[in-house]
Amino acid sequence: MRLPATFRISPRWAPYILISPFLVLFGVFSVFPLLFSFYLAFHSWEPTGGLQAMEYVGVANFAFALQDEWFWKALGNTAWLALASGLPQHLVGIPLAVFIHLSFKRLRVRDSVAGIYFLPFITSTVAITILFSSLYSTDYGLINAVLHTLFGTENIDWLGKPVYVKPTIAFIVFWRYLGFNVVLYLAALQAIPKDLYEAAEMDGAGRWHQFWCITLPSLRPMIFFGVTLSVIGGLQLFEEPFILTDKGRGGPDQAGMTSAIYLYRMAFDFNDFGGASAMSWLLFIIVALMTWLTNRAFRPHKGSV
Amino acid sequence: MLTRRTLLAMGLMSTMPVLASSSSQPRKLTVAAFPNVDAIIKAAIPKWQQLHPNIDIEVVSRQYADHHTAMTTALSTSVYLPDVMALESSYLGRFAQGGGLEDLLREPYRIDQYRSRCVTYAYEQAINRRGAVVAMPTDIGPGTMLYRTDLLAKAGLTASDLAGSWDAYVDVGVKIKAATGAYLVSNIRAIKDVVIRSGIGPGEGLYFDQESRVLVTAPRFQRAFKLSQKVRRNKLDAKVNAWSNEWAEAFKRGKLFTELSGAWMAGQLSTWVAPDTKGLWRAAQLPESTFVSFGGTFYAIPRQAATANKSLAWDFIQLLTLNTERQFAAFKSQDAFPALLATHDDPFLEEPLPFLGGQRARLLWRDAARQITATQVHKQDSFAEEVINNELDNVLDNDKDIGRALADAHRLLERRSHR
Repeated sequence: MRLPATFRISPRWAPYILISPFLVLFGVFSVFPLLFSFYLAFHSWEPTGGLQAMEYVGVANFAFALQDEWFWKALGNTAWLALASGLPQHLVGIPLAVFIHLSFKRLRVRDSVAGIYFLPFITSTVAITILFSSLYSTDYGLINAVLHTLFGTENIDWLGKPVYVKPTIAFIVFWRYLGFNVVLYLAALQAIPKDLYEAAEMDGAGRWHQFWCITLPSLRPMIFFGVTLSVIGGLQLFEEPFILTDKGRGGPDQAGMTSAIYLYRMAFDFNDFGGASAMSWLLFIIVALMTWLTNRAFRPHKGSV
Repeated sequence: MLTRRTLLAMGLMSTMPVLASSSSQPRKLTVAAFPNVDAIIKAAIPKWQQLHPNIDIEVVSRQYADHHTAMTTALSTSVYLPDVMALESSYLGRFAQGGGLEDLLREPYRIDQYRSRCVTYAYEQAINRRGAVVAMPTDIGPGTMLYRTDLLAKAGLTASDLAGSWDAYVDVGVKIKAATGAYLVSNIRAIKDVVIRSGIGPGEGLYFDQESRVLVTAPRFQRAFKLSQKVRRNKLDAKVNAWSNEWAEAFKRGKLFTELSGAWMAGQLSTWVAPDTKGLWRAAQLPESTFVSFGGTFYAIPRQAATANKSLAWDFIQLLTLNTERQFAAFKSQDAFPALLATHDDPFLEEPLPFLGGQRARLLWRDAARQITATQVHKQDSFAEEVINNELDNVLDNDKDIGRALADAHRLLERRSHR
């Protein structure tokens, strides 16, 4: 069937029209909010007053954010959580990937094992967090029940006491992203040429020596990639603590309030959209800086691989 | 503070698309509300159609928090604005400062002519800093203390032991705990929230005064913290959050001796929280005759709403707020205590309440309503509330010194007071 001439797209425009859905959505939902928040960061705005209620305040919002105790507190929380959930992802992820790589020679078995570790990553964060919040429940939670049976401990108020909130959140994040990193490292391990190990064995290098001198250096590009993702993800952590803590407030003493939660709350709980925008740009600068530092630390050096 | 709306927000309501009418001859008014205000509005539609047969009312209902977020968004962009919006009192202050709501003092509204017909504090709550009146009150939540008379008798005490100072209240709590094992209060914040609201000076708000000076080191805060400490040291708080399962269960099992809340709480207890405790409860004024408000509802007209609909919107608001029949209907069906004074002398208020053992408690609440004073709201109130709750936790859980806790709160709020 041929379309009437009016509906036909000229070949000249076809590429643009075909690519436009993405560009339009990207523009509306990414570029515009980005520019708008940049504009907002220099304004004071009472949103119920309408768009005309915006007032230019220069860099006052940035000055406020940098002097705000809670901004630093939230950054501190974020750094703590990023480290406590991010480091183990790799420190456990790499040995685990090596173990899976060496122990399961049959590809199908290896893939299924990796798949099981990968499962949390593709499950909805909300579902996972709700599940964990019932596991962590003080009086009826499985975790307290197990601890009580094994060690006879008193029930721990995991989400009600500031000292427990951070480790509780960090564990969920670690658990969720471990499988993702394992899959990354498994892929990298498979790309290491076998003859390197054969040569090492001929030279009398043991398993441990091979791991240090061949596996780890060869994984370096993947470590760079994985750590970069962990840094960015860690600094933007939002859903897990948001759902886990009462009304998304970040828990007792704001112990689980990450920067992302705080700037959301600045806007929607405390009605300070200008301040929130300024904070989000500061956070952007910090993420960029951390990524650059990660790059410096793990960037593959010339000639090393 | 906790309000009935928090609870009502749990009910899922369908949302309908909003269509702003732009024709000069409106066929339809759009009213945005949350449960159960939406039910009150819907109940008024038959009467409205008698008066205006050609004009439909469309009620757009969202959950409590969603509704207020949607209204914020609608006002900020002037898109999909309803002709009338319901606002809960804890949000009213924030909306009133923004200038997105119509000043009802102006023509054709002239709300000042109805001022004497409304509960004083409710009307005053709707006045913003520029002197504009931005909303009309429809229902109020006079604060009250509900207590278990059977537990009182078990401990060999009478109601007169309970009436009096906060210290007397706590002392009774100690005896009740010893005799019956029941907690004095579900959550310690309930006590703190009432005490910090007593003795607010003229021109002062709860946390800030008119010039945005921070007030959290005032004696009322010191006292609230000390009293909370005393309650905690005697283990008189059940540490359950309002509306949680544990909270409802504690009521059902008679583990809570008092509840400090709005008058509407009696209705909540009798209908679903603990209907089996019927007859065991009584109401009294809050300790030291403290008069505070727990929630309330207002109606407002957005400034950017369709101009042609505005006077009709005002007609509809008047039907909801100034018509005694409608106000009574809401009182009877939804426990919405009327803001319209004309309803306050009706024999209905003298009817005994079976849940409260036949007590004529509505008269008590009416008295409270007349004594409550409006407090200045501040843009940073919700932040301040959290900071104070936080410091209270520090004092109770980590033995932080009260003076230091309040000084820390003061410092944090001062930085933010002029934002």
